Amino acid sequence: MALLEIQHVDISYGNRVTVTDSNLTLEQGEICSIVGESGSGKTTVIRAVLGLLPGGGRVSAGDILFEGKSLLGLSQKEWRALRGHDISMIFQDSGAMMNQTRLIGSSFVEYIRTHEELSKQEAWKKGADMLARMRLPDSDRIMRSYPFQLSGGMRQRVGIAMGMTYQPKLLLADEPTSALDVTTQAQIVRQMMELRDEYGTSIILVTHDLGVAAYMGDKIVVMKNGRIEDAGDRGHMLHETDNAYTQLLLDAVPSLGGKRYV
Amino acid sequence: MFDEKDIILEAKHVTRRFPAAGGRELTACNDVNLKLYRGRTLGLVGESGCGKSTFMRFLVWLDTPTEGEIIYKGKDITKLRGQELWENRQHIQMVFQDPSTSFNPKMRIKDIVCEPLLNYGRIKPSEKDAKARELLEMVELPGDFADRFPHNMSGGQRQRVAIARALALEPEIIVMDEATSALDVSVQKTIIELITRLQREKGITIGFICHNLGLIQSFAHQVAVMYLGNIVEVMPGEIVSKQAMHPYTKALIASVFDTKMDFSKKIDPIRGEPPSPLDLPTGCPFQDRCDRCMELCRRERPALHEVGPEHEVACHLFAKGGEEA
Repeated sequence: MALLEIQHVDISYGNRVTVTDSNLTLEQGEICSIVGESGSGKTTVIRAVLGLLPGGGRVSAGDILFEGKSLLGLSQKEWRALRGHDISMIFQDSGAMMNQTRLIGSSFVEYIRTHEELSKQEAWKKGADMLARMRLPDSDRIMRSYPFQLSGGMRQRVGIAMGMTYQPKLLLADEPTSALDVTTQAQIVRQMMELRDEYGTSIILVTHDLGVAAYMGDKIVVMKNGRIEDAGDRGHMLHETDNAYTQLLLDAVPSLGGKRYV
Repeated sequence: MFDEKDIILEAKHVTRRFPAAGGRELTACNDVNLKLYRGRTLGLVGESGCGKSTFMRFLVWLDTPTEGEIIYKGKDITKLRGQELWENRQHIQMVFQDPSTSFNPKMRIKDIVCEPLLNYGRIKPSEKDAKARELLEMVELPGDFADRFPHNMSGGQRQRVAIARALALEPEIIVMDEATSALDVSVQKTIIELITRLQREKGITIGFICHNLGLIQSFAHQVAVMYLGNIVEVMPGEIVSKQAMHPYTKALIASVFDTKMDFSKKIDPIRGEPPSPLDLPTGCPFQDRCDRCMELCRRERPALHEVGPEHEVACHLFAKGGEEA
């Protein structure tokens, strides 16, 4: 049984269908990259998996199965147990998703205590341990910091550490490296690859960067105007596909020692 | 490839310090020496906060350096004031990263692209419509866009308008600050093609700020790498992938993801993040992240020295001539 199956899903806002007939199957330990230009609907698809469509958005056709069970009919209580436990999400800027007026440790403790009956001290320790396991130096100081006191790369690592606390089976990453510098991006990409190797986490990565998508993804899905334009495993997508749009995107990636314009 | 007589603008020993809290100083640019050649592109690469934008802003008088001079047409432009400064602004123009915030949202496209021309009295108000159409067609946009507002256009189209506005006065130098970073990769490619075509046709000199080494080396004649306010390597664009020497440049190259790379190999990024520019160590700015740091590097700051044709490196590892010391 596949870990996640998205079957013929349409997503609508009001009467307007924005994503049409998307299909995706993800096995345990697999990484799938979804690429496309802004507005192609790639973020909408993974938000639907976590039931996080913004106001008025809903899945209007098809089904999303997680471990064989439909996610669409879940109650609020079932969602709370699932989110952050079996399925986690990392956002473009993990600092911005946290409460700016609370210490990182305080947000982290609250999150841990919604999933587990621990005292505040125990939860604090668990959080600090998790940061240390994600190779954040000086984890106690980070727990006592506010989100804005950390650099973008550090904040993203904190976001990953939070998301990985319960070793979720599925990690959804929405442009996790787009706001970072190139060397920090490489560090975060490496860390996400290690998550898969160490914990067997499946990852869906949404990105507009084809280089990162190709490096991380076993599978690559190309979206355009709310439809899946092309999909397949990496080797096929990079070398064999005859889809013109995929070719166009691939040709546009600047490559070291590749095409020069002058 | 580069000729001394083609130097159009030269920055000499440019330093910029900002006062910081507690009586300390932040050095954003430290003794920067760079040359811009006629009809060529200088790409300035580095991570956020390395001082690349601070430097380029001097060229368009958005800031002035604390020390040093910038020579353009035989004059130090950092000292220009009043009428003379106003006259000179025509010759160096700028394109910003985010075109949606660098336009007045209440102005129509024709007013945006013709504003510089009207400012300098180059056209009469009655000629505006025709001129706007001509400028838009130059950047491969339909002339009918002249009556639109910025919010009716996509990011790529807006960036084309920004380029049209910068080119309206037919400047000799254009400074582009991350002009393609906010765009999709396919749009980015078309903008780069546009820029390089216009450069060939009009012989414009471009100063391009970018954090993506893969992109910049594809169209820059000359690439300068900056780290914590210091230029650490300057080289011709075509040798970046093969002959880059400085450990920081190599680290940047190792961080580039592209679709033709070897996916079975683990990427090996450098550790850590740049230290705060407030407390710079003595010696080499890159010492704490460099895996080949020597005792000398902690004591003495390396100066740029020539290691090949048009190729300069600031690193103690390489003595004169490019041989490893």
